[in-house]
Parts: sequence; structure tokens; C-alpha cells
Amino acid sequence: MNTMIERLREGRTAPVKRVLRDIFSWRFALLTFSALIVVYPLLWVVSLAFSGQQSLTLVQLSHDASLRQQLLALIPLPEVWTLDNFRAVLTKQPFLRWIGNSLVVALATTVVGLTLSCTAAYAFSRFRFAGRQRGLTLFLISQMFPAVLMLIPLYVIVVQWLGLGNSWLGLILVYAITALPFCVWMLKGYFDTLPYEIEESALLEGASRWTIFIRIILPLARPAIAVTGLFAFMTAWNEFILASIFMDDESLYTVPVGLRFFVSDYASEWGYFAAGSILVSLPVILLFLSLQRYLVSGLSAGAVKG
Amino acid sequence: MANIEFRGVSKRYDDGPATVPGLDLEIRDGEFMVLVGPSGCGKSTTLRMIAGLESISSGDLYIGGHRVNDLPPKDRDIAMVFQNYALYPHMSVFENMAFGLRVRNFPKLGIERRVREAAETLGLSDLLHRKPGQLSGGQNQRVALGRAMVRDPQVFLFDEPLSNLDAELRVQMRGVIHRLHHQLGTTSVYVTHDQVEAMTLGTRIAILNGGELMQVGTPLELYNDPDNTFVAGFMGSPPMNLLQVVNDGRQLSCDLLTLPHAQLQGLNRELLLGLRPEKLVYASSAPANWPRLTGNIELVESLGAEMLVHLRVGSAQLVARLAGLRAFSLGDALELAFDPAALYLFDGASQQRIRAGSAKAGVSQC
Ligand SMILES: Nc1ncnc2c1ncn2[C@@H]1O[C@H](COP(=O)(O)OP(=O)(O)OP(=O)(O)O)[C@@H](O)[C@H]1O
Ligand SMILES: [Mg+2]
Repeated sequence: MNTMIERLREGRTAPVKRVLRDIFSWRFALLTFSALIVVYPLLWVVSLAFSGQQSLTLVQLSHDASLRQQLLALIPLPEVWTLDNFRAVLTKQPFLRWIGNSLVVALATTVVGLTLSCTAAYAFSRFRFAGRQRGLTLFLISQMFPAVLMLIPLYVIVVQWLGLGNSWLGLILVYAITALPFCVWMLKGYFDTLPYEIEESALLEGASRWTIFIRIILPLARPAIAVTGLFAFMTAWNEFILASIFMDDESLYTVPVGLRFFVSDYASEWGYFAAGSILVSLPVILLFLSLQRYLVSGLSAGAVKG
Repeated sequence: MANIEFRGVSKRYDDGPATVPGLDLEIRDGEFMVLVGPSGCGKSTTLRMIAGLESISSGDLYIGGHRVNDLPPKDRDIAMVFQNYALYPHMSVFENMAFGLRVRNFPKLGIERRVREAAETLGLSDLLHRKPGQLSGGQNQRVALGRAMVRDPQVFLFDEPLSNLDAELRVQMRGVIHRLHHQLGTTSVYVTHDQVEAMTLGTRIAILNGGELMQVGTPLELYNDPDNTFVAGFMGSPPMNLLQVVNDGRQLSCDLLTLPHAQLQGLNRELLLGLRPEKLVYASSAPANWPRLTGNIELVESLGAEMLVHLRVGSAQLVARLAGLRAFSLGDALELAFDPAALYLFDGASQQRIRAGSAKAGVSQC
């Protein structure tokens, strides 16, 4: 009886010991430190947004501030918590309009990008045609150049040749097409993992290629499509440089471009900027959360076979 | 219903050697034809050419009298059951079975009726709303069978449909397939590695090796009357014993035994003697005029009612299938006898059977 109780006690203490040992290990310290590095700037943004002020300094330090006060000032905490910045951004600025613009552009990019990449990836995965291997390689190579390099060619093509400057269509095309290589590889990797017998069986049953694509492949590839769609959406949602070059008309700005004007040579409204940034990331966060269950399977499947 | 006819059909992938160099084979209407052969011999390729999933490099393929070389799979009116079931994972069992009818625009009521009937036959009625992922392997394969059945096609193709199942289920599903064929009488082509499946299911069996057709016939024909050493070695478990013997014109001899033989003139010097393991018996219980041989026991496999005894006789090895159980120790000498009429004679070079009453009649004189 006694030995049993002892064993039980041991059983209970063992995990605690293990937890303690883990907490004091160098790995834990390293992870905590890296996490802090990532989180710290975010904390500043959050604090700024809720501080109601526009200046970067949250705490006013006197000249003879003690070391303790100086250290405390490093911790980003506003003196008062208020939603003023958010209210101002949403009402006094054309911020809602920019969000709307961004939504239109990002959603259209997602739709166009997914349509193109699903069909292309299916062809790359299932059909053997001349130039297949080369096409895949080219897609890969295009991903190896920094995006900035494409700036001038894209400007020439879209604005000068196509005359699509200052229009959403131009932006949507550019975003959808620059996202294409990644999306195609991602989806192709996933399609490759779907057993081909399923399609052969459907072929024998009398289904056309198109029926098979719509009724069998697309539903089966939902995880990969979700991940790829998210990627396309974020490409368009976060993009700043191209949008700022292509769009001249303030009412057509996407959110990242609009945000920039809070902090420029003439204004430094860091509070608005921070509040705006948080508002901008909300849709992406929501998307992430809603697609979460697909993300793990989609990413890993594509990654392994891609 | 239809027959299937291969006329010099060959298949070559890319620029490689021909996988199927030229097949002539007729599968009769309503027949259950089993294709067997070692891995990579082109069984699946042959099956897929019937389905239209693989193009035909040369030759002609006829189904029901029509040349189908250029007919796409969906117009061939064929259903296929795959080894990995190939069900649609996102659809319920009902939808899986109904899919083929839906894409062919069957009336709704007809679909419902046919699917329910098939489900009834296969014992799937309670599972119709489940997804394939929620079913066992055997149930999945029954769904695949059902999906093939509901369309009532001209031909059923099976590519090793049972090899993903455990032994017990395999026996059970074999029964299901057998009954189905009996009921429906649809021409079927069935690929398998398993010779028990081949023997029990096949109306006829076609044995392939390296894309070549070795022999076609009913299971018993192939077992009793093999055309060559390949078929002899393929049918029966354990396979037929093959002994290299030398023909000196008057008798056949090897380490084991010497057999006088009447008509050896005109035959090659190197011959092969075939003897089924089940034709070997204890010398003590054999007629006195049967040839005898003695070997040392190397391995004994007990199967319950019988034993497989592996013997080494000189440089040769033999397997005997002996009734009853007896305690042997390894290395013991054992004397066995056989009926000389049960011997098969093959040419050493071509591996072809040497027939003509000659061989058997000759040996029996000894
Ligand atoms: N798509 C292909 N491209 C090139 N060669 C192929 C292709 N499919 C099969 N082969 C080759 O053709 C030969 C026969 O293949 P097949 O699948 O018909 O064999 P099998 O008899 O079904 O074998 P198993 O019993 O292992 O299924 C093999 O050597 C294989 O490597
Ligand atoms: Mg095969």
C-alpha cells in the first residue's frame, strides 16, 4: 500500500520536475528570447495605437530620470488607454475606403490567381506535353529574383503598354500573375499526391476531364486551395511598392499605400499609423484563423511533394 | 456482354523495349478470364489497354466485335476495380456508386433503385451514407464492386482487387466476386498474383511472362497439362519439381535416379523432368515397380493435414507433399517413390513440354 502511494507521488512529481528542467534549459531561454524579439515591436504598435497620441514616445522622461525610470520607459505601455486613434482613423481619414479598395483588389486577385493556378497546376500534374518540364523550371526561376527587380518591367508593361496605370485591373493582373508561380507549384505538389486511379476510374465511368476537375479534384484539393488562396490574398493585401507606383488617385489607394501618408515628410501621425496597421491585419488574422485547420495539412503536403 | 479479342496487340512505353510484344488472345463472352504472371510481366498494361487507359502501340483490340483501339475509355462501356479501390474520398458510399450514372444523366429514380439494389447484394445497405474513410478495406472494395455493378457494363476489369486485404477477407471477397460473376454473367478479366484466386475464380487462366502469353486454358488444363516449365512452375503450390536430366539415347539419368526410356531418339541431350510434389509417396506404401529415390531431409513444413518435406538428393532439391504427420529429424534419409506416369518431360533449352504419348508411355516401361 505504502509503496503504491509512493509510486503515485513520484508519478505526480515527475512531470513537474520535467517542466522545471525544461524551463531552466538553454533551449527555453533561447526560444523566449527569440519570441520577445518578434513580439516587442508589435507591443509598441499596439501601445501606440491605444495611447491616443501621435508621438513615438509614450513616456515623457525628465532629464534627470533614474536608471529605473529609463528602463521602465523601454516597456511600451501607454499612460492612458483610449480608442481615439481608431476612431479618428475610421472617421476623419478615407481609411474605410482604402480598406474597401484593398478588399476588392485582394479578393479579385485571389479569384483570378486561383482560377489560373488551379487549372495550370492540374495540367502540369496530370498531362505530359511539350515544354512541361521547362515551364515548371521557368516558374521556379522567376521566384529566385527579388520582386523589386520586376518593378520597372512591370511598370512599362502595365502602365505604358497596357495603359492600366491607376486602375484596379492593372493591380489585380500584376498581383495574380506574380503570385502564380508559387501557387502553381504549391497546387501541383498537392495534385501529385492524389491517386491517379481515382481519375481513371471516373474516366471509365464516363466523366469528362472537366467534370473530373470540378467534381473530384477541386473538392479533394480544398486544403491546398485554401492555403494557396490565402497566399494570393496576402500578396495583394500587403503589397505596397507596386501599388504606390501604379496608383495616383488617392481615392483608389489600397490600404498599405494610404497608411504611408500618415507618416511622411509632412506628417508623423504614428498613432494613426499604428491603429491603421492593426485594422489592416485584422482581416488577415481572421482568414488565418478560419483556414487554420487546412493550413497544416495543405502546407506540409505541398511542401513534401512539391 | 461481349467478347474481347487481342489480335497481335503490342504495347511499348516511350522508346523502351516492348512491354507486351504481341498478344493474341480471345476472351469469350461471359467468361471469367484470369491473367496471372510474375510482377512486371504486363498484366496491368494488358488490362489497361482493354480499358483504354493505355494506348495500343500496334495490333487490334476488339470488344464485342468492334475495333476499339481509338475509342476513349468512357465509350467502351467497361467498369474497372482497382487494387487501391480508387473511390472518391469526399463522396458518400451512395454518391460513389451513383457517380457514373449521374455523369451519364440517368434518371434520378433509376439511380436510386440501382444503387440500392447493388448495395443490397453486397451487404452495404447500412453504410450508404458513410464516406470511404470510415469503412474497412473489405467494405471499401465492396463499394468499388458496387460502383462497377450499377452501370451494368459489358466488361468488368479487376486489377488485383484483393491484394490489399488480409487473408480471411480475401477468401470472403473471392466468394463475393465468384457469386457476382455467376449472377451477372458479365465478361470479366481479372489480374492477380495469387494462384489460388486464379484457380478458384477463373473460367480460364492466361499465364503471361515478360509480356508473352505462355498458355491459356482452364485451371485444370494448366495444372495437368502445362505447355512449358514456366506454366508448370507457376501452377500448383509448391510448384512442380524440375530435375535436370541427361538423355544418352537409351535412358535419362541424373544424381537421383536413372530411368530407362523408350523414345529418346531425336530429343536434346539436356532435358528437364517434372514431378509434382503431391505425386511423391513413401516408398514403403508404393507399388514395387515405381521408381524410388532417396534424399536427406532439409526442411519440414507442417501444414496440419499434410507436410511439405524438402529433400536434398545429390545436387538437386525436391519438395514432396506427404499426407499425414510424422516426426522427422533434419538430415534423416527418406526414401520416396512416384508413379512414372506422373512425370512430365521438358526440353532443356526451349523449356517446352515434350508431349506425344512417347514420353509418358516410355517411362512407364521401366
Ligand atoms: N507508364 C509507364 N511508363 C513506362 N513503363 C511502364 C509504365 N507502366 C508500366 N511500365 C513497365 O511495363 C512493365 C509491365 O508493367 P505492368 O504494370 O503491366 O506489370 P504487372 O504485370 O501489372 O506487374 P505487377 O504484378 O507488379 O502489378 C513493367 O516493366 C513496367 O516497368
Ligand atoms: Mg499490376
